Amino acid sequence: MSSLSGDHLLGIKQITEADINLIFDTATSFKKVINRPIKKVPSLRDTTIANLFFENSTRTKLSFELAEKRLSADIINFSSSSSSVSKGETLVDTVKNILAMKVDMVVMRHPNPGAAVFLAKNIKAKIINAGDGAHEHPTQALLDAYTIRENCGDIAGKKVLILGDILHSRVAISNILCLKKLGAEVMVCGPATLIPRYIESMGVKVELDLLTALNWCDVVNTLRIQLERQSIKYFPSIREYVMQYGVNKEILDGLDKEITLLHPGPINRGVEITGDVADSKQAVILDQVENGVAIRMAVLYLLAQEI
Amino acid sequence: MNRRTILNEKQVELTINRLCQQLIENHGDFRDSVIIGLQPRGVYLAQRIHKQLESLLNTQIEFGYLDSTFYRDDFRRRKNPITAGTTEIDFVIEDKKVVFIDDVLFTGRTIRSGLDALLAFGRPLVVELLVLIDRRFSRQLPIEPMYVGKQVDSIRMERVEVTWKGLEKETKVVLYTPESDE
Repeated sequence: MSSLSGDHLLGIKQITEADINLIFDTATSFKKVINRPIKKVPSLRDTTIANLFFENSTRTKLSFELAEKRLSADIINFSSSSSSVSKGETLVDTVKNILAMKVDMVVMRHPNPGAAVFLAKNIKAKIINAGDGAHEHPTQALLDAYTIRENCGDIAGKKVLILGDILHSRVAISNILCLKKLGAEVMVCGPATLIPRYIESMGVKVELDLLTALNWCDVVNTLRIQLERQSIKYFPSIREYVMQYGVNKEILDGLDKEITLLHPGPINRGVEITGDVADSKQAVILDQVENGVAIRMAVLYLLAQEI
Repeated sequence: MNRRTILNEKQVELTINRLCQQLIENHGDFRDSVIIGLQPRGVYLAQRIHKQLESLLNTQIEFGYLDSTFYRDDFRRRKNPITAGTTEIDFVIEDKKVVFIDDVLFTGRTIRSGLDALLAFGRPLVVELLVLIDRRFSRQLPIEPMYVGKQVDSIRMERVEVTWKGLEKETKVVLYTPESDE
């Protein structure tokens, strides 16, 4: 008998270790459901969910939508490109209008950090943050940690490396918070220009050399270079980035142990990882996608208990 | 709270023996039958019945357990949310005779959700219900058990608890009645 400690899922920062474990346990039940011949349960049949995507998304949007459908919720979709946002409407007004249509939960992705927190303070609905700028992406961190636990056992004591563009990555921040709450050791690695200055205050190690970092870790989460968020050049060229920080088969084979490789997607094959690595059995990228649906079902289900 | 033991360990054992014999009468060698215990507490009774049937018949009988949390009709209506349990059904139930097992049958709503959950695994030929305790006259849905350990007449305020040695202190069935104000 338990439920989440908060009313929303705004970020990993706001939830406890017990919450994370409850989400994981519930996700395990849902993972079984989505592998049955009939993949649907009626739990949220009286719930309406709005998916508000003010920023492009493929995986997260599909994953949330599928999770909602598997729970039998009614859903409405919204993307900013085809809406009145382009006519000058504010975020609160847009969402209030949508809520006037009797929506119980809002899943929102927004380019501005803190958008989800702002929304939770201003409107009466359950808010799930599906990514707010370079701030947090809690469900991604939960599904990453869940996938690590599933493939490598208990997270406590595991050494996890987050590699790539840490500066612009909400996945990195949420991952660090989540893994630290579960007792993992976390290291970040990437070009010095793409590592935030105060990242050590989050309790993580910083390493600039790829080989040293890969030799240290049990699991590596490779991130995409977010060129769309980079207003200036942070490294001379993609080619140089690949030479310094690209993960390839040769490097992985040269390590003394077999490490597990995660990637939140979308992959730029040949940049942060090569195609053969992405397709190798060390990579659990498609497990992440499958677990993403189960994790999102668990979050929606647990939050919906108190509508 | 007044407590009254309805069945003691010996009586529970005798009841399980009788239920097993009744099952054998209807299912023969269990070639086309499977046993499914309902989470959370029905599983313990189902395990005992399954074990006893296997030793009586000297054969292997398919056994699983089913959690119906996501199919319940009291989602958001309960004071304390229920945590989902695990479901383990590693066999095909299509065209099988399913013996559904729970410890206490009260309103019938858990069984209703269990039937919905079961159908996600296929279309069984028959579903029968076996319960250790039938709190008759309390039903809110048209659901009746086929095999009953003991019928108990109880009011809504009362509570029936089945405990098992190994999990709890001893095996017994107890009826708890709240103190009356008069």
